[in-house]
Amino acid sequence: MLPAFLSPELGLIFWQLVIFLLVLFLLAKFAWKPILLALKEREDSIEGALRMADQAKIEMQQLKAGNEKLLTDARLERDRMMQEATQMANQHRETEKARATAEANTIIQQAREAIQQEKNAALAEVKNTAAKLSLDIAERILRRELTDPAAQTQLVDSYLKDVKLN
Amino acid sequence: MKRLLSILLCFVSLSVFANEPAAEGEKAEGFNPGEMILHHIGDSHEWHWLATDTGNFTTYLPIIAYRPGKGVSVFSSERISNGEGEASGKEYDGLKLDHEKLVSTDGSKLYDFSITKNVAGLIGSAILMLVVFISVASGYRKNHGRAPKGIQSFFEPIIVFIRDEVAKKNIGPKYERYMPYLLTVFFFIWFNNLLGLTPGAANLSGNIAVTMVLALMTLVITLASSNKYYWAHIFATPGVPKPLLPIMIIVEVIGIFTKPFSLMIRLFANITAGHIVVLSFISLVFIFKSWAVAPVTLAFGLFINVLELLVALLQAFIFTLLTSMYIGGAVEEHHDADMQIGYSDDSEAAHAAH
Repeated sequence: MLPAFLSPELGLIFWQLVIFLLVLFLLAKFAWKPILLALKEREDSIEGALRMADQAKIEMQQLKAGNEKLLTDARLERDRMMQEATQMANQHRETEKARATAEANTIIQQAREAIQQEKNAALAEVKNTAAKLSLDIAERILRRELTDPAAQTQLVDSYLKDVKLN
Repeated sequence: MKRLLSILLCFVSLSVFANEPAAEGEKAEGFNPGEMILHHIGDSHEWHWLATDTGNFTTYLPIIAYRPGKGVSVFSSERISNGEGEASGKEYDGLKLDHEKLVSTDGSKLYDFSITKNVAGLIGSAILMLVVFISVASGYRKNHGRAPKGIQSFFEPIIVFIRDEVAKKNIGPKYERYMPYLLTVFFFIWFNNLLGLTPGAANLSGNIAVTMVLALMTLVITLASSNKYYWAHIFATPGVPKPLLPIMIIVEVIGIFTKPFSLMIRLFANITAGHIVVLSFISLVFIFKSWAVAPVTLAFGLFINVLELLVALLQAFIFTLLTSMYIGGAVEEHHDADMQIGYSDDSEAAHAAH
């Protein structure tokens, strides 16, 4: 026979079972469920906030990286544009120079041609003048020779003939 | 443990030394410390608050007895209350109290469903728990999404500890459905351990009927949630040679029941032992009948009482921890030896507890 304090009594087993199960049910429904739910909700919200902060940080970094990239791009673009402009200016200058040279050449050519023409004209005038002079000289020489009328008539005739022909 | 033993030894030697001169007086007074202690840790049909020279302050509790053939009888225990020092006294409706046990005068069979001191204490602690935790829950409704306040902030870390360190670690991903039981059993044991230390209150968690019901509930929950791996581990323990299996099966099947049995005995024995030690130190006063012993009684009594406050929490934690380990062992997937090597710390801990 066990001592009294070692032998479980039926009455207490019964009440313990009934009351414990009742407490378990009531606490589960009215205490543990809302408590655990609220704890979980709070933890989730904290975790969500932390995650959002992390995301914001990453976004910020991305933004910063984007800005830097934009800046670098702009710098590169500026450099490129400047280079292009220089190149274009150089090219322009070259073409202008070429055009000017060509024009100058043309002018020189024209001048040369004009000079040639002037020269030709001058030469022709010189020739004419020379011919005229020689004719005058020849006339004077002829005037002295043609003192007799016969020779004169003959000469007039030859002149007339020339005039007719003209 | 060593310390406890030395204190006990000290007590024993002192009482031997004291017995000689006080022997006659003790007999005359009829003070029996063993009886007094067993009376205090045991159950009673009345709630005896305190005794003075002029009388006792007692609350008489209802007797509820069921006798086959005679039906249920309900009456106040005052009608059959025994006088001081009497083993059995008045009779009523064919019932009397033999020491603290309700018996029928004609010796017929009797089922005692009385609201004893322990049942009354149980109802009291149940109401206390409901009030405390429903008010904690209402704190979560009021401070929704905000920091906890008042009583809520006292219990929240404990609830979170039970959830994260006890349930999650030992049961694994399916821990959520066991949380209500684990929390209820933890706070039930803790509250009743503390209430049991209160002078005049019932010694509920040091009663074997109470711890037996709690242990049986753990057993039922473990078996109800067991999966095929749990049974495979019992009937075909991995890594055991075939000829040894019959022995192993017997050992493992016994193991199913020794686990809750150890839960029952551990809680009962720890709380009962604590009460016995405290009461023993208090008894010293009555044994010596001297003021000189007061410092020793007070110092050791206080020391053990404070130790019991720690034990109260510790035993509640151990019961909950072991319960969750047993449940964890029953719901664990891949319960074979190959998978357990380097599988996880938790499964090893659960395995070590087997």
